[in-house]
Amino acid sequence: MAGEIQRRPRKRNVKHGLTVLLFMSPWILGFLLLILYPMLSSLYFSFTKYSLLEQPVWIGLENYTFMFTKDPFFWLAFRNTVWIIAVGVPLRIVFGIFTAWLLTLPRSGGRTYRTLYFLPSMAPPVAAALAFVLIFNPEYGPVNQILRGIGFNDPPLWFYGPNSSKWGLVLLGLWGIGDAMIIFLAGLLDVPRQLYEAAEIEGANGRQKFRFVTLPMLSPVIFFSTVIGVIYGFQLFTQAYAASLAASGSTVTDAAANLGDPQGSMLFYAIYLYQQGFQDFRMGYASAMAWVLFVITMICTVTIIKGSRRWVHYQGGGFR
Amino acid sequence: MTGTSVGDQQTRLQRVGTAYSEVGVEQRLVPPEVRRHRFLITVGQHAGLIAVATIFLAPFFFIVMTALMTDQQAVTPSFIPNPFVWGNFAEVFDRIPFFSYVWNTTQIAVLSTVGIILSCVPVAYALARMRWKGRQVAFLLVLSTLMLPVQVTIVPLYILWVRVGQIGHMTPLILPSFLGDAFSIFLLRQFFLTIPEELSDAARVDGASEFQIMTRVIVPLAKPAIAAVALFNFLYNWNDLFSPLLFLGQNQKLWTLTIGLTEFQQRHGTEWNLTMAASLMFMLPVIILFFLAQRAFVEGVTLTGVKG
Repeated sequence: MAGEIQRRPRKRNVKHGLTVLLFMSPWILGFLLLILYPMLSSLYFSFTKYSLLEQPVWIGLENYTFMFTKDPFFWLAFRNTVWIIAVGVPLRIVFGIFTAWLLTLPRSGGRTYRTLYFLPSMAPPVAAALAFVLIFNPEYGPVNQILRGIGFNDPPLWFYGPNSSKWGLVLLGLWGIGDAMIIFLAGLLDVPRQLYEAAEIEGANGRQKFRFVTLPMLSPVIFFSTVIGVIYGFQLFTQAYAASLAASGSTVTDAAANLGDPQGSMLFYAIYLYQQGFQDFRMGYASAMAWVLFVITMICTVTIIKGSRRWVHYQGGGFR
Repeated sequence: MTGTSVGDQQTRLQRVGTAYSEVGVEQRLVPPEVRRHRFLITVGQHAGLIAVATIFLAPFFFIVMTALMTDQQAVTPSFIPNPFVWGNFAEVFDRIPFFSYVWNTTQIAVLSTVGIILSCVPVAYALARMRWKGRQVAFLLVLSTLMLPVQVTIVPLYILWVRVGQIGHMTPLILPSFLGDAFSIFLLRQFFLTIPEELSDAARVDGASEFQIMTRVIVPLAKPAIAAVALFNFLYNWNDLFSPLLFLGQNQKLWTLTIGLTEFQQRHGTEWNLTMAASLMFMLPVIILFFLAQRAFVEGVTLTGVKG
């Protein structure tokens, strides 16, 4: 390849380089302007006190020490976020595999089922969250009516109770399983049939086939969903924001006091950051929170990737 | 992410598409008891599938029913509207400038999508189909920005938009799209790689420039991937709450559907019938879009494996 390039006349080489530069220019500009500059800038802000109205004042590590040692809301938001990731991500994977497996069963009509199962993931998150607040209304929502009907006399308060509000969000996530399900479905259809036949010859039962054939073959997809789930889990905003406001009854424009209701149980990392930065205009503190988020995300991703070497099986053995 | 080769992904796509049409070859001379057994299994499977489908669809049914109730009935434990209040939809239009929300959201979503396509196709082309020094490094940089939380850049960007006086305008929501997007670049690049190099070479022999090869050879062949990228971006912008809230929150005239709907629910919190009617009208375009372009959606999701 290199030889071929050298044989080219110099003029053409320059032209080639300019073409590449021209084609890449949107990304180069975007990277410098929308990523590199803001990243460095927010790193600097994270060591300052900055309210947008006044110049940033250097305060060293104060934002970080305050965050870790004195700010109870930071830890509340952190705990809530870790909770929803720890519960939501595994449940989404299990439910995603289950629904995808269901879709592999029928000899006909599979396409229709696939469409129906996928449909909820198309519902806009804000609309879906509002609908779920009503569907899970403690008094007149259909879910609690059914629960009462089958003998639960004291069903949860869901979005209106601090102990159950996050479960409402988890269920909302499971309702919109569609995109994860499609990826798992592709993974399931990818498992070579011979592997199952070989397992059957060796006398494996259904459970063993799942454990020793399906799961290993799905492991790259599971791994992928875990990484994505954790990264986006830390950034959970829209559904929690809409549901929390709907349940607490405050308005978009004066929401500050009630974000994360009921009783802070839906105060997630991204929501608290939004409140600090753009409602209270503590830009320095919000920047520090953003960098902590970034570092947490990276640590989690690297840990999952390292841990995955033990359980993720790639067909053909190669690629890491 | 680069774990499976692109060829694999294509066969996988085809399989997702065709798996259901591959009905097993009809077998003759099956004993009646086996046939009976098979029939029962089929019935059982469909019963399970229908049960799950019912759970998935029940919320939609409930939204539609509530949207047709009176406001008093919406807060009672009944499911079927009595009477059916079709006027709820008109009522929503009386209460909020719904069309204006639709128009604002459409403008933002369409223009951003155009920006993404215009900016990401050439970048993906350069990353997938041209040879140059530093290409791998550039691709790795694109990939690593996928992991970057928006929160890390949002404070300085907000300040930047304040400085240039664009808070309360659509510019901060549209302009950045014209400077590329890591996810879209990644998806397009993966697809461009699957197109045989010989096609480009043939065009080169005929004296085509890289730009001509991109627009006349690659883009026509990559229509499914471009459609998927366009759909994802349109939907993302249609559904996004964070950025519109941040940049347009103070300017009611430019509110999008997501802000409008959240605010509407607050203002008319007790009138769940109207909130559900508004939600329904908000969902409808997306659902229609999905049915029109279902193939592109499903293939796009499968192609990436990224939309998790």
